[in-house]
Amino acid sequence: MGVDSFIAYALAAGIALALLVGPLGSVVVWRRMAYFGDTLAHAALLGVALAIAAEQLPMAGVGLMGGIIATVLFWLEKQRDLSTDTLLGILSHSALALGLIVLSVLQAQGFNINLMTYLFGDLLAVNQLDLVIMYGSVLLILLIFSQILPSLISISVNEDLARVDGIAVEKIRFIFMILLALVIAVALKVVGILLITALLIIPAATARLYSKSPKQMIVISAVMAIVAVVLGLLASLNWDFPTGPAIVVAASVLFFVSRVSVRH
Amino acid sequence: MPSIKHQANHQTENALLVAENIGLSKSGKTILTDISLQLHSKEIITLIGPNGAGKTSLIRILLGLTDATTGTVTRKNNLRIGYVPQRITVPAVMPLRVYDFLNVTGMYSDERCHLMLEEVDCAYLLYSSMQTLSGGEMQRVLLARALLKAPQLLVLDEPASGMDIIGQQALYETIRQIRDKHDCGVLMVSHDLHLVMAATDRVICLNTHICCTGHPDDITEHPEYIKLFGDAIDGLALYSHHHDHEHDIHGNIVSSEHCQSCEHHENKSSHD
Repeated sequence: MGVDSFIAYALAAGIALALLVGPLGSVVVWRRMAYFGDTLAHAALLGVALAIAAEQLPMAGVGLMGGIIATVLFWLEKQRDLSTDTLLGILSHSALALGLIVLSVLQAQGFNINLMTYLFGDLLAVNQLDLVIMYGSVLLILLIFSQILPSLISISVNEDLARVDGIAVEKIRFIFMILLALVIAVALKVVGILLITALLIIPAATARLYSKSPKQMIVISAVMAIVAVVLGLLASLNWDFPTGPAIVVAASVLFFVSRVSVRH
Repeated sequence: MPSIKHQANHQTENALLVAENIGLSKSGKTILTDISLQLHSKEIITLIGPNGAGKTSLIRILLGLTDATTGTVTRKNNLRIGYVPQRITVPAVMPLRVYDFLNVTGMYSDERCHLMLEEVDCAYLLYSSMQTLSGGEMQRVLLARALLKAPQLLVLDEPASGMDIIGQQALYETIRQIRDKHDCGVLMVSHDLHLVMAATDRVICLNTHICCTGHPDDITEHPEYIKLFGDAIDGLALYSHHHDHEHDIHGNIVSSEHCQSCEHHENKSSHD
């Protein structure tokens, strides 16, 4: 594989993620779900560890683990005496600790695991199979997302009004949580576990400045994410920066430049 | 919602919504007890009562947002309810114009959105950001949103709270016009005693249970009503009712042979 094609693969993978984090990140920001994203990301390490143990694709382990976390959280939220951020704190750190234990057990058994590639992504190692899975996921996620978008906007504005209008609020919330879990799986190779929440939040926060309607914000934040991916990748190639962190820094630069340059 | 039924039996055929023996308690505390009421089209019912009387809880049960502990709510088949909550706060991070708020589902034509805003005298707000609306404008926009689906029943929770007296008067007038034009039933919660009376067909006085209900036009200047709301009405009561019991200072029912009046003392009771 030539240098050009692995850069093309990296770019394609980055854009796949950007197409997801723009739309879903906007909803994450509206619904204050950043901590939920973090929890999914922390649990992803456990997913990776279990996938390696079962000799499956890490991406599949991450998606599955995210689904489990979403389901457990959904059930725990019915326990009214604990707030969501407390529950997330419990889930997030339990899963992370468990993931670290499983990884160390695996390493002791002779598995060769480079933790850094999972924590910060390994964009330049994306292969054809990864791309097929990523774009398949993008299609599926965006298809479902577009179906539930009106309901998502409605419950983000006010859940009571949405309920009276006949929207199945719990169901929509759960579907969105599962979609986010899948996004984390797609993000694994691109930016890694530690930085995915940044990509959900920063492009959307940048887009807020330029948007007048929810749908505009979704489109603009996808554009912001794509620009961040391209800039981050360029920086990574030019200066040999780690790619995932370079993309996140590019997104942050866009955010701060927009804040400073756009007058309210 | 399990406690909401969607069938009409012949007794209550004409009612939009029938609540029977509704009770609600939370952590052992009784919030509502033995509430039965019917809502009909073209009728404006106002729910009044002191703070902590359970007005909002009752409304939430009727809307299906809260499950009652006991009792049943029966709705007319496919009843379309328009709900106007007391206030909503749109997150600042969410760009949302009035237009987006009205037409979030994309179901309604632009003309219809515009028409409904015109009906509440707010057509000029169509492309304003939701976060910039004043309290009165917000109420009217919420009302327009409720009207979009051609509701058979309109439920409003303190629609005029936080408005000046001119604004309140105008809003109640708008609500009455809406009833006349759309033939819908209206249930609203209110604190604004004298203003709301003029625009009401029936008043339900709630204090955990239904203390009394009456027609404001028929029963005027009744001393028991003045007692319930203390100085708030300042002798301008337009409405009265009959009681078969009185309340102690905790709001508990005290049986009373001689008393046909309501002995609430809002200032002393500890309903909150």
